[in-house]
Amino acid sequence: MTAPTLTGGTSHAGRARRRQAVLRRTVLSVGTVAMLVPVVALLEYSVRFPLTGAVDLSAWRKIVAGRTTEYQSLAPLWSGLTSSLVMCALTVAIMLGLLLPTMVWVRLRAPRAARTLELVCLLPLSIPAVVLVVGLAPVYRFLAGTPLGSSTVWLSFAYVILVLPFAFRALDAGLRAIDLVTLAEAARTLGGGWSRILLRVVVPNLRPAIVSSSFVTVAVVLGEFTVARLLARENLQTALFQVNLSDSQVAAAMAFVLLTGTTALLVTLELLATRTARTARPRGAEPSRSGVGREPRGDHR
Amino acid sequence: MVTATVPVGRAHTARPAAPARSRAVARLRAGAGLAPFFGYTAVFLLLPTLIVVDGAFRGADGALTLDGLRDAATARTAQVFWTSTWLSAVTAAIGTVVGGVLAYALSTAPVTSVPRKVLTGFSSVLAQFGGVMLAFAFIATLGTNGMVTRLVYEQLGLQVPPDLLSSMTGLVVVYAYFQVPLMIIVFLPALDRLRPQWREATAVMGGTTAQFWRRVAGPILLPQVLGAFLLLFANAFSAFATAAALISQQTVLVPMAIESAIRNENNTGMDSYAQVLALGMVVVVALVMGAHALLLRRAARWTKDAR
Repeated sequence: MTAPTLTGGTSHAGRARRRQAVLRRTVLSVGTVAMLVPVVALLEYSVRFPLTGAVDLSAWRKIVAGRTTEYQSLAPLWSGLTSSLVMCALTVAIMLGLLLPTMVWVRLRAPRAARTLELVCLLPLSIPAVVLVVGLAPVYRFLAGTPLGSSTVWLSFAYVILVLPFAFRALDAGLRAIDLVTLAEAARTLGGGWSRILLRVVVPNLRPAIVSSSFVTVAVVLGEFTVARLLARENLQTALFQVNLSDSQVAAAMAFVLLTGTTALLVTLELLATRTARTARPRGAEPSRSGVGREPRGDHR
Repeated sequence: MVTATVPVGRAHTARPAAPARSRAVARLRAGAGLAPFFGYTAVFLLLPTLIVVDGAFRGADGALTLDGLRDAATARTAQVFWTSTWLSAVTAAIGTVVGGVLAYALSTAPVTSVPRKVLTGFSSVLAQFGGVMLAFAFIATLGTNGMVTRLVYEQLGLQVPPDLLSSMTGLVVVYAYFQVPLMIIVFLPALDRLRPQWREATAVMGGTTAQFWRRVAGPILLPQVLGAFLLLFANAFSAFATAAALISQQTVLVPMAIESAIRNENNTGMDSYAQVLALGMVVVVALVMGAHALLLRRAARWTKDAR
């Protein structure tokens, strides 16, 4: 912005640039305010008693109180939250356990499968979650008959599919930034086995990518509604949906916490990504975008 | 590389057979390493897709038939598809224009600036993980007791229609709130890849800013803008959570029709109806995403790392 350009000296160009700066600031302020209004309204709604307009912190008190017998109507919220948190951990574990070794394996041993792997990973972008659920219903009916049962947490299996494109992009960006083949060969000449290469060489080098793929996974799982709703399971979002019918102020407060919390999570991730991009790629390479920034598809499916 | 080091002592006698066999073994091992991943995706991604596609062409007795498709071809089905389509098209257009302008304003700020980071982070959340929470936020904003509803009434004396949020107009407004942020995060990288050298080259050759946009940046960005529009269209078309949280009484969109069909336990015929609707959605989204991929390939000529 401040770098002088060829025509930087003339007053005409200076005026044009100042005008551009004013315009930019105006557009951005209007945009930011417009985006923030619903979030501020959410906060206001959670503390304002609808009939009298009196400020009232009871919704927040109920949330802080946690799971007590006093507020029975909020029980689904806590069980939904618990399920969603368990599913966050489970989904991250399955996603990393499945995707990372496969991506490394493809790069080292089966490069011919690279196209197929990418295609499969990006396929969920073209299949709306609503559609996936229609096909998953029989699969989950079958699972319910196995020892696994019909517990909510097994939705994680479907969530791994939903986060596949996000996670793939994040891990792919990380793997691109390191010279995996050389690293693996070096480890092998030193007598390292497959598991040692993965755990001692790949994982430490990919830490930022692993972190960002996990964050995105957490964000998706916490925000997921469609699959749980259509398969009649209770997760955080379906519980919010239900609690909203009886105590909309608590639902609003919880939604506020989740929206701002997830934003903080992703901004941290973005900062982390640019910082590591600066340190990890010193040779003037373009800073790699985090998996989030590049992701073109939403999760409203 | 175990298979590559054939034991030296026996190597002479085994020479003709060993390389072929070890290559086959190596290929088998390479394939075996891929088995867990492809097995998993086969069960939870490919199988469900096949169930949808196959189920749409099967009758209750399991025989191949087009009855399901014929039964589904009602005015009702046409109605939900039409509503979903125009809602997606309108909100994608709004998102493309408004989000495009905002993305441009953001792109003129330095990459490291904090407002830019916060705005893109918040955009990611709104665009991708909002769903139900976005619906709540709008009830708090434009609902009967909403902040903006009261403000408009007190300041301007105007009454926001109480059923706004459960009407299609309301849905357009709410959808814009995840379409605009999605446009920002999709389009910002494209703008960042416009090289300053191109602008300088235009200036050196005596071109004006208007000419730069019309002759240089415009043609380069056009496929990406169209691609982003299609992406936004597909995004709105598959959206379910927001609409479900706002409109609970009626079935106006395809995903809602799928929900009511799949949750209807009394009528088993509804399962195949859900599959036909799902197939319809897959066809629409696949066409749109296919066109999107073609446009991106065209755009990639100018942007090395575009994917």
